[in-house]
Formats: sequence, C-alpha cells, structure tokens
Amino acid sequence: MAVKVIIPTPLRAYAGKQESVQVQAKTVAEALTALTTQHAELKKHLFSEDGRLRSFVNVYVNDEDIRYLQKDQTSVREGDTISIVPSIAGGAND
Amino acid sequence: MSVAPLKIHDALMRRIHAHGVETYPHECCGALLGRDGEGSREVLDLLPLANQRNDSPRNRFEVTPDDVRLAEKTAQEKHIELIGWYHSHPDAPARPSEFDRDHAWPWYSYIIVSVQKGEPRDTTSWRLHDDRAGYDAEAIEITAHQASI
Repeated sequence: MAVKVIIPTPLRAYAGKQESVQVQAKTVAEALTALTTQHAELKKHLFSEDGRLRSFVNVYVNDEDIRYLQKDQTSVREGDTISIVPSIAGGAND
Repeated sequence: MSVAPLKIHDALMRRIHAHGVETYPHECCGALLGRDGEGSREVLDLLPLANQRNDSPRNRFEVTPDDVRLAEKTAQEKHIELIGWYHSHPDAPARPSEFDRDHAWPWYSYIIVSVQKGEPRDTTSWRLHDDRAGYDAEAIEITAHQASI
C-alpha cells in the first residue's frame, strides 16, 4: 500500500527537506521502518536507543492518534496519510 | 556549529517575561511563530499556551500534540512558521536541563527565561545539535522595529 508520511518541520532536514515521504507499508510500524530506511538520520529523532518510539513522538493515521487504535500495529490502506506530530516538554532540573 | 541570532521585538520579549511572572512559581510555555531564512530567524508573534504538566508545573512543562497542531495552524493562517518554543525556569538558571535536552527537537529555537523570586532575569535561546548530544546557544537580538507579518 502506498501511504504518505507527513514530516514535521523540525525533522525535514533529515528527510531531504521534504514535507512528506511516500512509502509502501501495511502497518504504521512498517511505514516508519520504511521511512527510516529511506532516511536513516530520522531514526535517532523518532526512536530511543531501545528501538521504541520516543514518548514525545506522536503518530496519527488520518487524524486518529495510533495510541487509541492498535498503536504501531495499526493497519494502513492505500492513500492513507500518517502524520508525525511532536509534543513538547522540558523544564528546569530538580 | 554557529547559528544565526534569533531576532525578537522588545514587546514580544516583554510578553514572554510577563507570562513567566504570571505563572510563577510554575513554568510557563508557548509557541514562537515567525520566519526562518538563510542565516536569519525572527520571532514575529507568540502563542501563549497552558502548561499541561499539572503534576509538576514548578519544574516541568508540556505542550500536547493538539496544542502543537494549533500552533502550526495559527502560524499557517498568518503565513508564517512555527519556529520554536519558550518556557520559564522558576528560581532556576536560564540554561537547558538534561530533561530539556532529552525532550527537545532539532531545528526549533528554545527560549528559556529564568524567573527568580517572581522577577524575570536572564533569557537565553538554544538549538539542539543534530546528534541530540547537546545544544548550541543562539544569540538573541532584541529589535526595536518588527518586520511585518
């Protein structure tokens, strides 16, 4: 299935300055693997060292947060749009 | 790597300081909207947001993905970009903590204002390294005249 992955502005420099990337995938996990295979520099910004999606990286399939679907096993269909949306966190040390 | 200074109009910087004073002793946060060009970056507007870290607002802030999307939409409507974020460090220095670094995104400018005993003090801006290992300080250039949106 050809799906479109929308790249957030702060990560476009690691995706050939593209706003979106087309990948072939049946699930969100496959799409993110295909994306980081095409653009390896994205990997450290999307995944922690243990290979899990970073907690402040949010993934939507057609505006639905995958946390409320089947997470990274959420299936995707031809023409679906996957959006990577940051959440922002920080703060002073304790 | 050196980065271009971040320009911001004096009135906008005073709004960031006022937000930090208003929420003291809790952290404030908001979006920086503006333009990013070759060798120049300028804040042209702000979108103050509610700190969603209700469990520990004195030393943490959080902006939800819905608020990030709101900030992007607000910028698009003004034909500018979401270029970064600001937050306060109540009674703490205006430098990124380890927690800041661990949660930061590249490319965005991160303005930090130190609010000491309810008064705004040092203000700094930072950008995460490409390898996520550290930050570059980004000079802040306070302007008297603001480019039009």
